[in-house]
Amino acid sequence: MVTSASRILATPPAAPVEGIRLDVEDVSHAFQLEGQPLPVLNQVSFSAAPGEFVALLGPSGCGKSTLLRLVAGLEHATAGAVRADDAPIRAPDPSRILVFQDPTLYPWRTVEANVALGLEARGLIKNQRHRVAEALDLVGLTGFESAYPRQLSGGMAQRVALARALVNEPRLLLLDEPLGKLDSLTRITMQGELLKLWQQARFTALLVTHDVEEALFLAERVIVFSDRPARIVADVAVDVAYPRHRGDPRLAELRHRILHLLGLDETW
Amino acid sequence: MSATAETLYARPRAAGRPAVSPLAVSGLLWLGAAALTHGVPDRNTGITDIAYTPQLAALQAGLGGALLAAGLLGGRLGRPGAALRRAGPWFALIAVLLAAWELLTAKLAVLPLPFFAPPQGLLEVYLDDWARLGLSLWHSVKLLAWGYLIGAALGVLTGISIGWWQQASYWIHPVLRFIGPLPATAWLPVAFFAFPSSWSASVFLIALATGFPVTILTWSGIAGVNKDYYDIARTLGASERFLVLKVAVPAALPHIFVGLFMGLGASFAVLVVAEMLGVKAGLGWYLSWAQGWAAYANMYAALLVMAVMCSSLITLLFRLRDRVLSWQKELVRW
Ligand SMILES: Nc1ncnc2c1ncn2[C@@H]1O[C@H](COP(=O)(O)OP(=O)(O)OP(=O)(O)O)[C@@H](O)[C@H]1O
Ligand SMILES: [Mg+2]
Repeated sequence: MVTSASRILATPPAAPVEGIRLDVEDVSHAFQLEGQPLPVLNQVSFSAAPGEFVALLGPSGCGKSTLLRLVAGLEHATAGAVRADDAPIRAPDPSRILVFQDPTLYPWRTVEANVALGLEARGLIKNQRHRVAEALDLVGLTGFESAYPRQLSGGMAQRVALARALVNEPRLLLLDEPLGKLDSLTRITMQGELLKLWQQARFTALLVTHDVEEALFLAERVIVFSDRPARIVADVAVDVAYPRHRGDPRLAELRHRILHLLGLDETW
Repeated sequence: MSATAETLYARPRAAGRPAVSPLAVSGLLWLGAAALTHGVPDRNTGITDIAYTPQLAALQAGLGGALLAAGLLGGRLGRPGAALRRAGPWFALIAVLLAAWELLTAKLAVLPLPFFAPPQGLLEVYLDDWARLGLSLWHSVKLLAWGYLIGAALGVLTGISIGWWQQASYWIHPVLRFIGPLPATAWLPVAFFAFPSSWSASVFLIALATGFPVTILTWSGIAGVNKDYYDIARTLGASERFLVLKVAVPAALPHIFVGLFMGLGASFAVLVVAEMLGVKAGLGWYLSWAQGWAAYANMYAALLVMAVMCSSLITLLFRLRDRVLSWQKELVRW
């Protein structure tokens, strides 16, 4: 595992927060679907150290988004425990912010007002309005403050959703395929930005992605899930120092291993 | 080659701008109508005499002259001029219809007086009875405003309540299902003796008629809000109050406005009935009073005022909606 000391900090940390220590213990979860229980998570256990970047990888529909909703406190696990800094998670809290798979911006609010949502909800907007502009600058959307969501491209909307999360200075950032809607070029840029943000702000990050390369480029650990009901197949440490190079042979090796774990390596 | 293209492009433009301005044509038509009003003698066959013919002719001539002048001035009138030009064909049509009406009633008496009042009959009402008409309009607007605003406010509050709180839904929903579909006018006899005055009874009836559609649409708007909107706000630390006021209500606003439009339509209907049957003031009362005295010209005049009032109120609501829902992509233009 890579320690934070080996991270290259481009700029001194703006406002480093203490990342949350996350413990997921023996979590199982089932939905009721037409009266039948639909098991989605099967005895999932893992921990993330404060400030750690963990990627979650798994087949579509296996239960990754569900896991993030449990950690966010939006849903309660059928069995097992989810703890943030040793306190059980019972309800959502602005220290743990979830960036949804869909940007889900409020169509009646401008970009600026969408980003300001969290500050407004907590009554901080009066003193901290400047953070809205900072967050928009961070995702490269300065100049679009007064645009409405319908006037944005899919990638821009996703970036607004990211800014809406970052403005709250979360201690745990839950990212559900936040770059999934971006074109591959913007995606590469945004991966770099995300990494820089994480290195500056020191939040704990949990990233769900379908993209093995993205997981390996960003995360310190990659947790691989099975098909539904999801259980952990492997917990792979990405022992490559930042800044990483996409062509690194060690990353390629890990990529092969993970594809093998997912049963997708016959074209390797 | 390029010349052909040029003529191809030029043709539709030439067709779009006729040599004679339609505004000037409509001005001429109004002048013609004035000549008809003035030149052809009235046929006084009915019980009521035809008066105010010179005034009508003067009005038509004045309008015709103004339109003709505006048509000849053309583009020098700026933006109001452009709006006027667009209305040109309508001015022309109205001139013709008015002349036909004049001809059929006052001049040829094809349509019998007094049931079909000539245009100058309406003019007579506006010039002689404007005080009473104006007062009636004021009473109607006041009654409508009280009833509508109370009904709309209560409707929105009730709709939010049943959309948000299970308990409210449990108790209010069955009542709404039972009482809501009943036309508000069915309460009229009860309301007139249950309330201290016929005015307060009418406010109640109008509020009832407005409240039902507003409640239902607000409720369905709240119920239809994307659940992810709430999840997002909750992870960002929103209180329940914030969820209601800053998430549910704005998300439901397009529906709420549909309810407000339906409620306004319903309130007009109840207003007229309430004024005809109970309240001794307002345009509805004026209408039935005019009918009682066989003052048909007064009836048409009041009807016209009423149409203008209702249309203006709807327009006002559309303006409000366009302001509030400016974030929506496509809105029907009124
Ligand atoms: N509210 C719900 N009610 C019933 N079933 C649900 C609900 N939410 C999710 N599911 C089911 O749980 C399973 C896992 O869903 P989830 O969204 O967690 O998958 P995912 O791993 O995020 O998939 P993807 O990568 O495609 O986003 C799916 O089969 C889905 O149908
Ligand atoms: Mg998902």
